[in-house]
Amino acid sequence: MLKQIEGSQAVADVVALCRPNVISAYPITPQTHIVEDLSVIVGQGKLDAEFINVESEFSAASVVLGASAAGARTYTATSSQGLLLMAEVIYCIAGMRLPIVLTCANRAISAPLSIWNDQQDSMAVRDAGWIQLFAEDNQEAADLHIQAYKIAEQTFLPVMVCMDGFILTHAFEPVDIPEQKEIDDFLPPFKPRHIVDPRWPRGIGLYADPRFYMETRYILHRAMEKSEKTIKEVSANFAKTFGRDSGGFIKTYKLKEADVAIVSMGSVVGTIKDLIDQLEEEGKKVGLLQICSYRPFPRQEIYNVLKDKMNIVVLEKCISLGRGGILASDIRWSFPRAEKKDRNISSFIAGLGGRNITVDDLRYMVERVEKEPVELEFLGLKKELIADKDL
Amino acid sequence: MNEKAEELDRVEKKDLFGSGHRACGGCGQALAARLVHDAAGENTIACVATGCLEVFSSPYPDPCWRIPFLHSLFENPAAVASGVEAAYKALKKGPVNIIAQAGDGSTADIGFQCISGMFERGHNVLYVCYDNEAYMNTGVQRSSFTPYGAWTSTTPMGNKTRKKNLPLIAADHGIPYVATATVDDFRDLQRKVKTALSIEGPKYIHILVPCPLGWGHPGELTVKICRLAKDTGLFPIFEIIDGKVTNVKKIPVKVPVEEYLKLQGRFRFLFKKGVPTEEVAEIQRIANQNIERFNL
Repeated sequence: MLKQIEGSQAVADVVALCRPNVISAYPITPQTHIVEDLSVIVGQGKLDAEFINVESEFSAASVVLGASAAGARTYTATSSQGLLLMAEVIYCIAGMRLPIVLTCANRAISAPLSIWNDQQDSMAVRDAGWIQLFAEDNQEAADLHIQAYKIAEQTFLPVMVCMDGFILTHAFEPVDIPEQKEIDDFLPPFKPRHIVDPRWPRGIGLYADPRFYMETRYILHRAMEKSEKTIKEVSANFAKTFGRDSGGFIKTYKLKEADVAIVSMGSVVGTIKDLIDQLEEEGKKVGLLQICSYRPFPRQEIYNVLKDKMNIVVLEKCISLGRGGILASDIRWSFPRAEKKDRNISSFIAGLGGRNITVDDLRYMVERVEKEPVELEFLGLKKELIADKDL
Repeated sequence: MNEKAEELDRVEKKDLFGSGHRACGGCGQALAARLVHDAAGENTIACVATGCLEVFSSPYPDPCWRIPFLHSLFENPAAVASGVEAAYKALKKGPVNIIAQAGDGSTADIGFQCISGMFERGHNVLYVCYDNEAYMNTGVQRSSFTPYGAWTSTTPMGNKTRKKNLPLIAADHGIPYVATATVDDFRDLQRKVKTALSIEGPKYIHILVPCPLGWGHPGELTVKICRLAKDTGLFPIFEIIDGKVTNVKKIPVKVPVEEYLKLQGRFRFLFKKGVPTEEVAEIQRIANQNIERFNL
């Protein structure tokens, strides 16, 4: 049913329809509305689940770890500092192959403190063995949660659904919330692989000495790579069942004929599409490659759609300090070293700590890379706030 | 004696924490783990912290557990056990005994917040702390359970602070059952585990487990040292049921703390040519305060 609702409410409604048995979370802006809404749904008896209010994000992640190991379908949500506090458990959940679903309401990281949006938090745990899916809008954010459970429970990999804090979590948009029966048909009950149960005594979480550890990491890496197939299948089945495209590996917009290819992910792709339409009217061919699945990274797909593009610009809301654009590094790595040395891949960092990214900013970026490649530039930087002694 | 009292008094030997673990000879923790799980029985899930117990009992592919065992991190067994309990409730499974367990470092220091959360939320979980008074797995570093005067590798001149009193802190959360025990009295320890598991809600049992390596005593003295810890008043044995201290184990003949200290390498430097230093007098004061406070 189409509803005019807040992004957080849409996520809460859809998560509830996925029938998690155990939900545990700790409040952090801008994730709060999601868990508040879920606590109301559980409190009103509309969802038969245990809702555990814990004393930290670290414990929230540990509670869902324990619950998942005992055979429950679980859910948690966090943001920014909360995700960093969870980091130790985040790695453990992946290593233990527990199919937990987590929403990351993307937010900047301290210091300085900022409650506003960027994507540095998800990036901080990108290597942990979690599938990371980035939502463009609230419909996709809702849809990705349904897909996330299916992907997680087929691959035994945890899934992080990343949605831009405030821009999506607090925005009211029309969102189609499926009926319970539709979701039940799409998402069968969770069948755990190994659980702690006295009827079948077994150990979960044994330690591995140097004879065994490396193989566990290899298997996990291969599982991440192999999850590509599941992510695509689930997205395709979702489209067939619910009649709209959501998720998958990558999406493109007017890319085929484009002279300049913009690569990005998350909610900013909406603004990019607006710019592309404007520029098209002015006779310029610019296209978009949207990354939906950041981990596993769709290297082959990216290569396939970008291999003929000579002018590529990567726009991202995160940075590896001392190195540069994180997504830009991944994109640069997606091409064989020897191939087309004159291909330009520019890197722009934008929107850190919630700075708006306007169509004009993006227009400037395109005009800039039309002239020359850009190794690294901060878009919309206020030079007047930076003194020489700061540099 | 009625049937229930008889059952409580029986010493259980089921080998659920089986042979094949790799603990040192005379390890108090290994002995305690065996007694705890044999008392709990087969219908039990062990949620274990990283530490000595985990390392000597669960190397892949040779764990020694014969009940389900769940380990993830150092500081989170209380939160993981909370999750297991929530899952059992949500899936309408059970009843099952859930025992979260860790050493003193995990319990009193790094995992303190998780434990406080588990108590406060009222999960039906028994938390067992194996207290060997320092971080033994990493090489005998000081924890907040390290007693006054003790040498550890990070208090080379002797620990200057008193031991954190977690049983009383646990009780002040309003949980229904708290107990202390040592590994010299199998019957008492197992009775407390069985009692705890018969009560709904969060429970806390604090077990003194001497560590021959870290305390510097021969393995065969582990049990004797436990007796002396009790008989000096340094480790009071009691239960706290619904907030009231009860079943305090009376000391038949009070023993000076020197008898306890002299057996252990970690306290040896408190005696200069056999003569006790001021630190020994301070430790005696701590014992006397315990004797007075708990009416030992």
